[in-house]
Amino acid sequence: MTSQLYLSGVSCSFDGFKAINNLSMVIQKGELHAVIGPNGAGKTTMMDIITGKTRPDEGEVFWNETVDLTKIDEAGSAQLGIGRKFQKPTVFETLTVEDNIAIALKADRGVLATLFDRQTKKQAKKITELLELVRLNDDRARMAADLSHGQKQWLEIGMLLAQDPELLLVDEPAAGMTDAETMRTADLLKSIAGERSVVVVEHDMEFVRALNCKVTVLHQGSVLAEGTLDHVSAMPEVIEVYLGR
Amino acid sequence: MFNRLIDRRMGIFLFGLFVLTVAVPVGNLAMSGQPVPSYAVALMAKYLCYALLAVSLDLVWGFAGILSLGHGAFFALGGYAMGMHLMREIGPRGVYGDPLLPDFMVFLNYDALPWFWLGFDNFLFAVLMVVLVPGLLAFVFGWLAFRSRVTGVYLSIITQAMTYALMLTFFRNELGLGGNNGLTDFKDVLGFNLQTDSTRAGLFVIAATALTAGLLISRFITTSKLGKVLVGVRDAESRTRFIGYRVEGFKLFVFVISAMMAGVAGAIYTPVVGIINPGEFSPANSIEIVIWVALGGRGTLVGAAIGAIIVALAKTLLTGWIPEIWLFALGGMFVLVTLFLPHGVLGAVENTLNKFRPKKETTV
Repeated sequence: MTSQLYLSGVSCSFDGFKAINNLSMVIQKGELHAVIGPNGAGKTTMMDIITGKTRPDEGEVFWNETVDLTKIDEAGSAQLGIGRKFQKPTVFETLTVEDNIAIALKADRGVLATLFDRQTKKQAKKITELLELVRLNDDRARMAADLSHGQKQWLEIGMLLAQDPELLLVDEPAAGMTDAETMRTADLLKSIAGERSVVVVEHDMEFVRALNCKVTVLHQGSVLAEGTLDHVSAMPEVIEVYLGR
Repeated sequence: MFNRLIDRRMGIFLFGLFVLTVAVPVGNLAMSGQPVPSYAVALMAKYLCYALLAVSLDLVWGFAGILSLGHGAFFALGGYAMGMHLMREIGPRGVYGDPLLPDFMVFLNYDALPWFWLGFDNFLFAVLMVVLVPGLLAFVFGWLAFRSRVTGVYLSIITQAMTYALMLTFFRNELGLGGNNGLTDFKDVLGFNLQTDSTRAGLFVIAATALTAGLLISRFITTSKLGKVLVGVRDAESRTRFIGYRVEGFKLFVFVISAMMAGVAGAIYTPVVGIINPGEFSPANSIEIVIWVALGGRGTLVGAAIGAIIVALAKTLLTGWIPEIWLFALGGMFVLVTLFLPHGVLGAVENTLNKFRPKKETTV
């Protein structure tokens, strides 16, 4: 079985501060994987490196064991099949919900292809399917700015799925959601995994427990522990750095 | 396609423009007593050039969030390219009667035509340069700026610096473009005498046609999927990148199209007013364009054109009546519109109309 994502000996520092320090991690195809860690553990920087926003100082990052991710930019990573959801829900506020999905839909991303693009019936059907999946079909004509915080999170997940990615990087998807929404989000991510790989960065332990998947604990830019949530949360060093002294 | 390009506001505006395009030349040339005086024809043609310039800025500012404070530079470059052709058309009819060199070159002791004047005796070459020169500048400038991810106020400042640098350059006599006097004393264009009423009316019709084309091209771009991506760039640039669009390419595309449109506006402006000089590059001019767009209604295209016409008309009237207060009036208009009409004049008018329109029965 080939790995989806392979990080080995990755280090990255900003002004002498080592945000990532000799980090190694493997994400298998179809895996659901949670990354937890206290503030400043390097979770967001890790995502920046995977998506080509930040270049690591050293180390290897490989996609599908063949593509070197340290040599591509954000758009390139998206075109490879990496979808990223930000911590703060980021949608196109002055476009309608439907248009948000429509421009995220997998298609030729060239300037002229985009200019002369005409939506096909198949694409229209796909948009409706996605809107139904994220329960926003009734709101499709509304401006994204008018959605609630939780709905924006869902819209962003819908936009990610519209890209038809192989790997989803999801940063704190449950932030600002009600308990019921949180559980629905966990179910959604679990249903996506298998077909696609999903990496979730999260603070909310209830949410991670609901995901019921492999957990990696980051601390000071490297991996502190790996295993099931019960396993890692029983480890003394994890309790020390994460759950408080 | 028609429905996509012409919504209600575009339809009303283009219809009004079409009526003017017919009525003004007829009223000037064909009716006894000349209900439309000749000076008014030239004045209105000038307003339409400004309107096209405003539309070009609205395309980048209103839709892609690129606040260019140097759009006057593209306008002036287009104007100079056309001005160079008009200078060549003067031929031996200049004050000094030199068969080859324009007056200012004789005056400055040039013995031959500088290399970059070659080709401008050909009208089609000049027209090509009208779009190519501003387009090329926008391409190089935009490529460097967008690739380095210069955005927001920093981009605005360097566009301002760009037009200022060009102004200083064009003021120099050594440049071979007429120095601070610019290019003037034009006689005719394609053999039509610029002093006659019929040529002026023709230029008016050309300006109106160019404005219509500019509006329709802009509308085609903004209603396409690319237009939605541009709005996405304006709202959340990083999100656009992370769904796979190379944002710099999209910005560059719309910036270059916009610069070409501004160049065309400048090219029609030059024969209409009869002069093009380095003052057109001044930063204050470029800032005024932003005021037109904001006043008319940013992101509406039609509003930008209306804003340009309102401000230009107010400028003509006020500088005629009480010249001292013009700048205060301009600043005052900008402040008042920003405070009380967040969607510009067009937005305010549409809101008012919607209030008076009987609400449609909604059947549940």
